[in-house]
Amino acid sequence: MENLEQLVQDGLAAVEQADSLQQLDQVRVDYLGKKGLLTQQLKSLGQLSAEERPAAGQKINDAKARVQQAITTRKDQLETAAIDQKLAAEAIDVTIPGRGQDLGGLHPVTRTLQRIEHFFAGAGYTVEQGPEIEDDYHNFEALNIPGHHPARAMHDTFYFDPGTLLRTHTSPVQIRTMEASKPPFRMICPGRVYRCDSDMTHTPMFHQVEGLLVEKDVSFADLKSTVEEFLRVFFERDLAVRFRPSYFPFTEPSAEVDIEWGREDDGSIKWLEVMGCGMVHPKVFKHCGVDAEEYRGFAFGLGVERLAMLRYGVTDLRMFFDNDLRFLRQFR
Amino acid sequence: MKFSEQWLREWVNPANDTQALVHQITMAGLEVDGFEPVAGRFTGVVVGEITDLEPHPDADKLRVCQVAGGGEPVQVVCGAPNVRVGMKVPFATVGAVLPGDFRIKKAKLRGQASNGMLCSEAELGLSDSHDGLMALPDDAPVGADVAEYLKLNDVTIDVDLTPNRADCLSIRGIAREVGVLNQMLAEGPECEPVEAAHSEVVDVAVKAPEACPRYLGRVLRNVDLTAETPLWMQEKLRRSGIRSIDAAVDVTNYVMLELGQPMHAFDRDEMKGGIVVRMAAAGEKLVLLDGQEVTLTPDTLVIADHEKPIAIAGVMGGEHSGVSPRTRDLILEAAYFEPVMLAGKARHYGLHTDASHRFERGVDPELPRAAMERATALLMAIVGGEPGEIVEVASDEDLPIEALIDLREQQVSDVLGVTIDRTTAEEILGRLGMHIDKLLRNGWRVRVPSFRPDITIEVDLIEEIGRIYGYNNLPVTQAIGALELRPQPEGQRPLSAIQNYFVACGYQEAITYSFVDPRVQALVDPENEGIALANPISSDLSVMRTTLWSGLLKTLGYNQNRQQSRVRLFETGLRFVRFGDEIEQKPMLAGVVAGPHLPENWANGRRDADFFDVKGELESLFSLLGITVEFVAGQHPALHPGQTVKLVQDGLTVGWFGALHPQVQKKLDLNGTIFLFELFLNPILSGYVPNFKEFSKYPEVRRDLAIIIKTDVAFADVERIVKQNGGGQLTALRAFDVYEGKNLGEGNKSLALSLFWQHPERTLNDDEVHALFNNVIEALQKELGATLRS
Repeated sequence: MENLEQLVQDGLAAVEQADSLQQLDQVRVDYLGKKGLLTQQLKSLGQLSAEERPAAGQKINDAKARVQQAITTRKDQLETAAIDQKLAAEAIDVTIPGRGQDLGGLHPVTRTLQRIEHFFAGAGYTVEQGPEIEDDYHNFEALNIPGHHPARAMHDTFYFDPGTLLRTHTSPVQIRTMEASKPPFRMICPGRVYRCDSDMTHTPMFHQVEGLLVEKDVSFADLKSTVEEFLRVFFERDLAVRFRPSYFPFTEPSAEVDIEWGREDDGSIKWLEVMGCGMVHPKVFKHCGVDAEEYRGFAFGLGVERLAMLRYGVTDLRMFFDNDLRFLRQFR
Repeated sequence: MKFSEQWLREWVNPANDTQALVHQITMAGLEVDGFEPVAGRFTGVVVGEITDLEPHPDADKLRVCQVAGGGEPVQVVCGAPNVRVGMKVPFATVGAVLPGDFRIKKAKLRGQASNGMLCSEAELGLSDSHDGLMALPDDAPVGADVAEYLKLNDVTIDVDLTPNRADCLSIRGIAREVGVLNQMLAEGPECEPVEAAHSEVVDVAVKAPEACPRYLGRVLRNVDLTAETPLWMQEKLRRSGIRSIDAAVDVTNYVMLELGQPMHAFDRDEMKGGIVVRMAAAGEKLVLLDGQEVTLTPDTLVIADHEKPIAIAGVMGGEHSGVSPRTRDLILEAAYFEPVMLAGKARHYGLHTDASHRFERGVDPELPRAAMERATALLMAIVGGEPGEIVEVASDEDLPIEALIDLREQQVSDVLGVTIDRTTAEEILGRLGMHIDKLLRNGWRVRVPSFRPDITIEVDLIEEIGRIYGYNNLPVTQAIGALELRPQPEGQRPLSAIQNYFVACGYQEAITYSFVDPRVQALVDPENEGIALANPISSDLSVMRTTLWSGLLKTLGYNQNRQQSRVRLFETGLRFVRFGDEIEQKPMLAGVVAGPHLPENWANGRRDADFFDVKGELESLFSLLGITVEFVAGQHPALHPGQTVKLVQDGLTVGWFGALHPQVQKKLDLNGTIFLFELFLNPILSGYVPNFKEFSKYPEVRRDLAIIIKTDVAFADVERIVKQNGGGQLTALRAFDVYEGKNLGEGNKSLALSLFWQHPERTLNDDEVHALFNNVIEALQKELGATLRS
C-alpha cells in the first residue's frame, strides 16, 4: 500500500506523456485494465482484515478514479488536437473558381421581346405568330395598301414573285388572327420582318412588335394611355411622351410617338421617335369581317432593335446580327 | 420637300421664329427633318463692279482687276476665268470674314497688291460651285451688302411629308397649313389670266381621258430662251434644292414649287402636228431628257405628237422635243393625271422625278389653269413672247368627284376620346377649307376642297379635327373592358423554357438572317433547294434558309476568326422549304457546339466537347420537356457518317444531331470538332401534364454483368434484348462501363450493365431474379454472340 501514491504519480505522469490516443489507451490498460497496476492493488485487499478492507478499498478506488479522470481529460485534449489537425489538413483555397459549365445568355432582341411580351400578357394580350413569307394580300392589300399606293415605297419589299414576299411588318399576323376569329381582340404580334435596305442604320431583317386592341368602346385617348404606360414601364422612367400626327394606310387617325431622350444644346427636350400607332382604319376591319360601326380598335407598332439600342446603349444596329460572342455575352 | 422659309413667309408670316415654326408644323404632322442656313456666315462682302482688268505681269492665270464697291476703287488680283470688265460680283473687302472664319487681309500675289477677294458661290457657302466668280445681276447696286441684297438671312427647311399630304408639296400648300395652325390667311400672288396676243392654238386630243381627265396647252411664240432667269427666282429655286437650267425649265419648276402643279414646256418646231394624250403602243421608244432611251409599255400614258411620243406623261419629257436656247415657239403643258394610272410608272423606268412624285400622290385637279396663267406671266417677263389662248380638254366624268362626307358629332368624340364641342369642330373644319354643305341632325355634311384628295371618309375628317385640336391635348384614359382569363395549356411548354435551358447549359443565343448564302446552304442541306429572293440585298443573302445550320455555321466561323475557340450557340426560328406549290414555314430549334466542353479553368481540363456531352444535353432537354425521343443511328449529308443520329418521336423524325461532316467542315473553313443539332419545335413543345402513379414499397434488386460483344453491336440492341427477356418487373437498365482494349481481341468491346428489378406488390426472391438474369444472359449470348466477361 505504501507505493499506491507512487503508482498514481507514475500513472498521471504516463497519461501526461501519452501523445496519441493509442498511447493513452495503453496507459489505461497498464494502470486500469484487468491486470493493470492499480487494479492489481485490489487483490492485495485479501491480506487485510475485514475492518481495514473498506478504507483500503476506498483508497485504491480513489487512486483509480484520479488516473481515470486524468485519462479522460487527456483524451479530450488529444481528440480536439486530432480534429484541429484534420481540419487544418483539409483547408482549401475557397477563392479558386468552381468547376463546370458557365452560363450562356439570351440574345438582347429575345431579352427585349420577352420583356415586352410579359408586359402585355399582364394586360390580357395574347401573343400571335404568323408566316414570314407572306402573300401580297395580307401584307399590303388587307392593310389598305393597294398596289398603286405610294406607301409601298415606304416598304422596300423583298419579293419571290409578284404575289409572294417577305413580310415588311407583323401586321399581317393581325389580319390573319382577325380573319380566323371574332372580336374583341387583344394581341401582340412579335417577330422578324424584312426590308430591302442595308446601311449604317438599316439591316435587311429586324424585329417588330405590333399590338392590336379591338373592343366596342375604345378611343384614341385609350391608345395614348397604353402607349405611354408601356414606354414608361419599358424604360423604367417617368419620361415625357408626345404624339405627332402621321400617316399609316392601316390606321386613321395615325400618330408617331416620340419620347424624351436627353436635352438639346439650348436646354429644350430632345425628342426621339420610337413607335407608330393609330386607330384601326375601317377598311382594314372590312377586309377582316369586323363591323367598324360596332367595334373600334387601336394598333401600335415598334422596332425591337431600336428599343433595345436605347435601353442598353447599343450604338450600331448591325451588331445584333453579327452575333459576335463578345457582344452577346454582355446581355447575360 | 425643301423650301425657303422666306418664300413661305411671303405667303403667311406668323410671329413665331424659325424654331417655333418648325416645331409647329412638325407637331401638325409635317415632320421637319432639319433646317439649315441658305448661305454660310460672312460679313464685309459687298456688290463689287470690275472697272478695269489687266493681265498679271508675272502669272499667266492671274488678272489684276480694279474693283469698285468698297469706297475708292481698289486693286484686286483674281484667278477666276470668267472675270470680265463690267461684271458685278460679290466682293469681300479687306476686313471681311468669310465662312470658316476666313479673314480677308491686304496681300501681295506674285508681287501685285491685292486688296480683297472676288468670290465664287462656294466661297460664300451658297453652293458647292467653284466654277468661277458668282455673277450678280447687272442692276445690282454697287457697294450694297451682298447678304442683304441676296436676302441671305433665310433657312432651307426640309420637311418629310407623308404620302397622304400631297397638298403640302408646294409653298402654297405649306402656307395654307401654317395659316390653319396660326389662324391666319395664306395669300400668294394672283394668277391673273394673260390675254391672248394671237389666235394660234395647239391642237389637243386626249385619247385616254380616264388617265388624263384634264389637259391644258398654250402656245407662246417668239420667245428668247437665251434670256437669263432672274436672280430672285434662281435663289428661290436654289433654296428649295433645285438647280437653275434655263428660263423655261426654271419657270415650270418655280410654278411647281409655288403652287404644286408640275408643268412641261415643249419646243413647238420639233413637234409634228398637235398633241395627243394616249397610252403608249407596245415597243414604242422614247429618248428622255436625261439621255436614256426607254422602250414604252402599253400601260404607260404618253404625250405624243402626230407621229411619236414626246414625253412620259407626268414623269419626264423627251429629249428631242425639249426646249433649247434656239427654241422660238413654246408649248406649255399643265394637266391633271389620275394618280392610280400613274402610280409606279416612274419606278418602272427607273425614274423618280419631282413631277411623278406629285402626280402619284395627287395634284389638285382644279389647279392647272391657274398654274398655266402664272407660268405664262412669269415666263413672258423673262423671255418675252406672245401668248395664245389656253386650250383645255377635260372629261367631267373622269375628273375626281368632289367628296361630300357625313360627319357625326358623336363619332368625333367616340374616336378621339374627348368631347369636342360643335363650335370648335366647325371652326377647325372651316380653317382647313372644309365647307359645311349642310347641317345634319347629328352632325354635318362636309364638302372637301379639291386640294385634299386624301380626305374621303368620315374618320379622315375626325383625324383632321384631332390633328388641329392637338393630339397632345387629347386626354389619356384607361382602356376599359373586362379581362377574361386566357387558357394556358400546362402540357404546352413555352419556348422560353427551351431558351432558358440552353442558356443554363452554357449556350449563347444567336439570331441570324433568314436569308443565307446558297453555297453554304447547298453544303449543309443539298436535298432542299433554298427559295430564292427575286431582289436579294447581296448574293450571300439570296436564298431562304432550309436549315438554321446555314446561319449558325457562318456565325461559328465569324467567332472562330475572332479568337473564340469555345463556341456554343443556339437559335430558334423559321426554316423555309418548298414542297410543290406550297411553302412550308416551320419553327426550328438548332444548335452548334465547338471547342472545349467546359470553359478553361484549373479543374475543368481542356477536353473538347464530344458526341456524348451534347447528347446528354439533348436527353436532359427532352426530359425537361417531358417527351420521349429516340436516338436512331442515321445518315445525313452534312453529318459524319459514323456520328449521326436521327431524332425520332412517336415514329416521326423530329430532328437530326451529329458531328459536322469533315468534308463540309473543310469547305466552310471551320476549326475543331463541331456538333450540330436541329429539331422541329412544335412537336417537342408538346409536353404532358404529370399523372401520379403509386410506387412500389418493396426493395429493388440489382444484378451487374459484363459482356464482350462485337464493337458494331449497338447498345440499343443490347437494351432491346435485355428488356425483352428481363420479365415484367425489370425496371431499369444502366450501362456503367464501356471498354475497348487489346486484351479483348480486335473488334470487340466490353459492356458492363446494371439491371434492376422491383415488384409492385411483394419482395422478389433470389430464385426469381436469378432465373430472369439467366434468361437475359442466354438471350444476349444467343442473339448477339455475347460472352460473359469473367
